[in-house]
Amino acid sequence: MIRAEHLVKTYGETEAVRDISFAVNKGEIFAFLGPNGAGKTTTIKMLTTLLRPTSGKVLIAGLDPATHQNEVRRSFGIVFQDPSLDDELTAWENMDLHGALYGVARRLRHERTEMLLKLFELWERRKDQVKKFSGGMKRRLEIARGLLHTPKIIFLDEPTLGLDPQTRNQLWNQVKTLNEQEQVTVFLTTHYMEEADRVAHRIAIIDHGSIVAQGTSAELKQQTGTETLEQAFLALTGSSIRSESADSADAMRNMARMWRKSR
Amino acid sequence: MTTIYILWLRQMKRYVRSRSRIVASLGQPLLYLFGLGFGFSHVYEKAGQGNYIQFLAPGMIAMTILFTSIFSGIELIFDRQFGFLKEMLVAPVPRVLIMLGRTLGGATVAMIQGLIVAVICLLAGFRPDFGAIPAALLFMLLMAIVFTAMGTAIASVLSDFQGFQMVMNFLVMPIFFLSGALFPLNNVPGPMALIAALDPLSYGVDGLRTALIGTTHFGMGTDFLVLSILSVVFLVVGGKLFSRIQL
Repeated sequence: MIRAEHLVKTYGETEAVRDISFAVNKGEIFAFLGPNGAGKTTTIKMLTTLLRPTSGKVLIAGLDPATHQNEVRRSFGIVFQDPSLDDELTAWENMDLHGALYGVARRLRHERTEMLLKLFELWERRKDQVKKFSGGMKRRLEIARGLLHTPKIIFLDEPTLGLDPQTRNQLWNQVKTLNEQEQVTVFLTTHYMEEADRVAHRIAIIDHGSIVAQGTSAELKQQTGTETLEQAFLALTGSSIRSESADSADAMRNMARMWRKSR
Repeated sequence: MTTIYILWLRQMKRYVRSRSRIVASLGQPLLYLFGLGFGFSHVYEKAGQGNYIQFLAPGMIAMTILFTSIFSGIELIFDRQFGFLKEMLVAPVPRVLIMLGRTLGGATVAMIQGLIVAVICLLAGFRPDFGAIPAALLFMLLMAIVFTAMGTAIASVLSDFQGFQMVMNFLVMPIFFLSGALFPLNNVPGPMALIAALDPLSYGVDGLRTALIGTTHFGMGTDFLVLSILSVVFLVVGGKLFSRIQL
């Protein structure tokens, strides 16, 4: 369903992603793990048509995002790391706008909106503006919205960040339900190892732009001779902290882009 | 078509729901209308130019449209900040259609605000030629499109709010003050006449004034032609820049 071959992305001198390859099968839940700045978000952007790879090849549902942009976009749903709802609109209106943008016929749009809002326990609040929602409700609405156009794949970029354990637990149960019911392929990133351990069929670990290991949770533990996925993760990626450098590199990149444009 | 409509609808809904913004955005034109209008009307009349409120009202309508339109366009920065931009950018539709829908929505909002100010001008004693309302509406629409598209174009290359203040101070305010909204352009010094001739709003103000009170500077035909061309130019430029946004 998703195939990446020798994917590379460089920004000037920095290599954000260096020659990664992996494949995700239909109906699979695939976890893409890595420390901050490892290249997870860059990879997701390349998979979801938002960024052109410097070199290498991507196939989404058998199509190349570079040549079949709109078909590829219709084939996946995405929940970004940061919120992407319109706070002034209601839950229903956010869903409806999405459905219209994705060309879902009105009848079907309404049916699916009702089904998904009920599944994610938002139906009672459908007429409320999103700005009145809690963080967990917003996340759930975003996932529901991402699934509205019956995509083949859903990308979830750290969907449980900042949520309490109850909400996280419930959210993954709902995602698993949909994965089973609709055979939707799930590509997720998270920093919560126990979540990945619980829901993912297969896991890839990326660090410094390269995939350092991939396989099932059991395989990764066996390979590193550790007890838990968290230990395996630390064994593979080391325990030094690097969040700050990644963030400022991002900021520099944005600034450089802004200058280039305004000139 | 659905894409354009749904994004137009979004702008309308956001407008109707932000009552405080509607009121706030009417404050400035009102201040100018009453402060300048009644303050200068005596001097203006003494100079043999007639009724200043008559002269000023089309300028105030144009000003409202300018500010509302630019703001509607620049609102794209909010969409970027609050994340909704991403939802629009990954949608499987041509970005130009998204930009068009947003722009038409913003332009409609600006038209409504302009009409509200027009009614206030009537209450303040403005007496236009009512037969010219269709022509006046056309000029209002053209201005709304030009400036919303301009705002969208600017917002497409700005990535945060810091640039917003710059745009207001170094672009929007000069566009307003040098447009002839507040004073006649007939006898201004050469350099200023040149700047006014390069200012898109001058043609909007002049077109509106020609339609509503029958005095003209450039001529209505020129006004219409210039604004039509600028609408197309800014829609194309705005569409191009919007399509090029990267996350």
